[in-house]
Amino acid sequence: MSALKKELLRIAIFAVGVALLLNLLDSGVALNFVMMALYAALLAQAWNILGGYGGQFSFGHALFFGTGAYVQAIAQIEGGLNPWLAMPLGVLASAGVGVFVGALSFRYGLKGSYFALVTLAFAEVFRIVALSVPFTGAGVGLMVPLREGFGNMQFGSRRGFALMVLGLVVLALLVTCWLRHSRFGAYLQAVRDNEDAARAAGVNPFRVKLGAIALSGGFMGAGGAFYVQVFQYIDPGIAYGAHTSVEALVGAIVGGMGTLWGPLIGALALHVLADLTRNLFGQLPGINMVIYGVVLVLMIMFAPRGLGGLGRSVRELWKGRSK
Amino acid sequence: MSTNVRNRRHFMAQATAAASALAFPMVGGAQPKPVKIGVLHPVTGALAFSGQQCREGALMAIEDINKAGGLKALGGAKLEPLLGDAQSQPQVGAAEVEKMNEAGVSAVLGAFASAICLATTQAAAKYNLPHVVDVGVADQIVERGLKNTFRFGPGYGVCARVAVINLHVLNTAAGKPAKTVMIIHEESLFGTGTANLMTRELPGYGFEVKEVVKHANPTRDFNNIVLRMKSLNPDIVIPANYYNEYALLLRTMQQQKVTPKAVYSVLGGAASSFKFVKESPDSANGIIDCNHWFNPKDPRAQALRKRVEAKGLFFTYEIFNTYTAMMYLADAINRAKSTDRAAITAALADSTFADHFMPYGPTKMVNGQNTGAQPLMTQVLGGDIKVIVPREYRQAEPVFPMKS
Amino acid sequence: MTDLSILFPSLLNGLTTGAVYALIALGLTLIYGVLHIINFAHGAALMLALYAVYWLKEAAGVDPYLALPLVVPGMFVLGYALQRLVINRASHGKDENILLVTLGLSIVMENLALLFFKSDTRTIETAYTLTTVPINIGIAQAMIALPKLVAFGGALVASATLMLIVGRTDLGRAIRAVAKEKHGAKLMGIDVDHVYAMSFGIGLACLGAAACFLLPAYYVNPQVGNGFVLVAFTIVVLGGMGSFSGALLGGLLIGVVESLGGLLLGESLGQIGIFLLFIAVLLFRPQGLFGAKA
Repeated sequence: MSALKKELLRIAIFAVGVALLLNLLDSGVALNFVMMALYAALLAQAWNILGGYGGQFSFGHALFFGTGAYVQAIAQIEGGLNPWLAMPLGVLASAGVGVFVGALSFRYGLKGSYFALVTLAFAEVFRIVALSVPFTGAGVGLMVPLREGFGNMQFGSRRGFALMVLGLVVLALLVTCWLRHSRFGAYLQAVRDNEDAARAAGVNPFRVKLGAIALSGGFMGAGGAFYVQVFQYIDPGIAYGAHTSVEALVGAIVGGMGTLWGPLIGALALHVLADLTRNLFGQLPGINMVIYGVVLVLMIMFAPRGLGGLGRSVRELWKGRSK
Repeated sequence: MSTNVRNRRHFMAQATAAASALAFPMVGGAQPKPVKIGVLHPVTGALAFSGQQCREGALMAIEDINKAGGLKALGGAKLEPLLGDAQSQPQVGAAEVEKMNEAGVSAVLGAFASAICLATTQAAAKYNLPHVVDVGVADQIVERGLKNTFRFGPGYGVCARVAVINLHVLNTAAGKPAKTVMIIHEESLFGTGTANLMTRELPGYGFEVKEVVKHANPTRDFNNIVLRMKSLNPDIVIPANYYNEYALLLRTMQQQKVTPKAVYSVLGGAASSFKFVKESPDSANGIIDCNHWFNPKDPRAQALRKRVEAKGLFFTYEIFNTYTAMMYLADAINRAKSTDRAAITAALADSTFADHFMPYGPTKMVNGQNTGAQPLMTQVLGGDIKVIVPREYRQAEPVFPMKS
Repeated sequence: MTDLSILFPSLLNGLTTGAVYALIALGLTLIYGVLHIINFAHGAALMLALYAVYWLKEAAGVDPYLALPLVVPGMFVLGYALQRLVINRASHGKDENILLVTLGLSIVMENLALLFFKSDTRTIETAYTLTTVPINIGIAQAMIALPKLVAFGGALVASATLMLIVGRTDLGRAIRAVAKEKHGAKLMGIDVDHVYAMSFGIGLACLGAAACFLLPAYYVNPQVGNGFVLVAFTIVVLGGMGSFSGALLGGLLIGVVESLGGLLLGESLGQIGIFLLFIAVLLFRPQGLFGAKA
């Protein structure tokens, strides 16, 4: 079976498996846990498209998240649009912002830390603007009114939301898979590995990177729209704050950048870690985060290619032994 | 068998039974199961200080209730707190509610910050889990139509309105020396909401709002804003922000020797804070605040204050608001005579809880909001915080305008 | 409507605030210039330094300025140890890993502070905290807080010191060699790991100085560092990564931009000036306003 077919099969198994799991689970805690883990995975996957496959590290991915979130909220509240219609708008808007930022940055040849910092700066600019303009509710934020119902993209139980975000995660997996086996993806990785050589070989790095940032931004925007539907409240800090930017990159790097399953593994591992440590030593707040930080550092120390890479290393060791 | 033997056996059986009952008096009636209450606050992250203060208030209330014999109507059942950390993020708060629900809590108390409360009340509503909001002043929290959400303290709408009216009263009583106002507020939910309300209401009472200044959280330097204040020379400065910025603003004003006729805070972060008064007595002197406060004449409040200060903590609004909210909740569970969520919700809704030390009117819950809740006006005088309005709680005559 | 008489004090204000920013950025630019890492833990390290200054005052009565000879070397040792023992070992030299390690460190530092020092905001009172100094040039008048003036002076001295160290000493030569060409430097016999650690140590030592000058006019709590990180990054880029004079001038410029932006657009929206400037520099002159073209 070709590598592509193997990956598609694995994605299918994953999709069906998790969907089944969600239908079997009844506990609110478990359903919420799976939903939030998948949500974190979606953010990490979005970042991975640009960072892992495109080689452009972004520190301001919240820029796209917040745009998708605000569009989702504003379209419903001000525009009276149905949330199912608002979401594609949100995705388009964030992809559009991606193209805008990408066009500026790549046109002026920003790479590496410079690119990372410019994305951070843009996220901050958007945050400050969101605090001041009336249509985002300024500092007060926006609240999407409660109206349960499938048609209104508000589900009574977390199961509905979890299935929805699972769909987005699977879509991201498929797109990542496509990046691994398509011509566009090959161009993108070529640009990542050596932009000059790629250009010499006839690839247009500018267009390729723009495509990547649009895809990456679009998925991040979907994450933002999803957030608004679940928590029904958005403000400039939640939308464009550093927290979401960090969450996106941490999951991808810890899990293994530039891999198919890395972001998922990383996001899940960190989510489990955060959850496990949260209420340990309940009377001493802070210890949990200290443990989280220490484990994070240890994860990087012992799995420098990402946790996903660990699996590969183990498998290689095993194969080597059985020879 | 002779009658004697039968009688003797019967007697022995009776006697043995009686002896057993005396030896194990509780076997028949076991200790009542504790009632679990979710205590959810942001005890880490940006809001750690306030979250920890709130948690302290909740735990002290539970300690007091249990010491006084627990919930009498439930056979003396004790309250058992299940602690949760919202980590200063709404989605974490919501996840904690899920855990508390599954752990079988009968109610949730939390979560200090309005943004977090929006998420936690909604998560609790899915399970019809009653949720008492301790501070969270945004009015949206109780205006969403969630049947499980209750707030015993006032929202910022009430605080802003009371502040405006009382400013008018104080000003009029002093012969209307103040006409112009400058509002300085923090940029997020509570500051912006409060400032919007004041901007709308003040002109109706004859005040001119010269400028509304919005500042970031955190703000590293207030010199510019104070410079602006110097040039505009408003009669009254109205800050609505959190502790750090409030303290920095006032210190900068003192440094630049800017002394308006009054510093009149609405939910001012440090305005009615024993911590600020202790650490910056000169900057704090004379500032007026419209904020959550306790009835200064109630000995229970003073006693609690002493206990809190003995622990090395400051007696801040987070503590006494949350303490009272927990009392209100416990009273409702008692009146519901059960741990059934629907019963508790109903008891919370028709509560007339009066056994507390907050200076509120009669308790009446309308759509989850206690309409009797009100803020008090305090002023820092003589190195202490004294209530100045309303008259029934007055500890000192208001000094308005502040002598420059 | 902006009153012109505010312009002068606002300008001076911006300069003095910018001086503190410069102190914070000096360390960051050295760390970036030499190790090429974006130090996510810079804010948390500043916070630890602030606590050190605080406790020295509260527990031992040491005035913040007199604490300089204690805090600066202390932070140096911390920085050296962190780089040599943790960051170097954990990151295996990969950029993205260094990033995450510094991120993890910042989480650990912030929450250790929360655990041990609690979340209260703390301030110190000194005799001069509220003193202001009048500065009059012609009709332009301003009253500048004394601690801020001292901070301004401190920033100048710190930049000069750093430039001396890097420009004139053997260590400085080694640092420059490693920054330019790591492998070549190794071949020349320079202990790269040691140089890295020294640079990180000096970078954190600058934060120690910044803390001594900052605390009298500010406060400390576990999250205090977060408010300075973005501004520090902006200045590093603005001034040219690795340039001390750039960090100093960039800091002053950013301080002024922030101050005037606040006057023009309001304190909240005015912050935008910093980041728009940041973006403009990144796009049009990435080597920084004062840096040499690569």
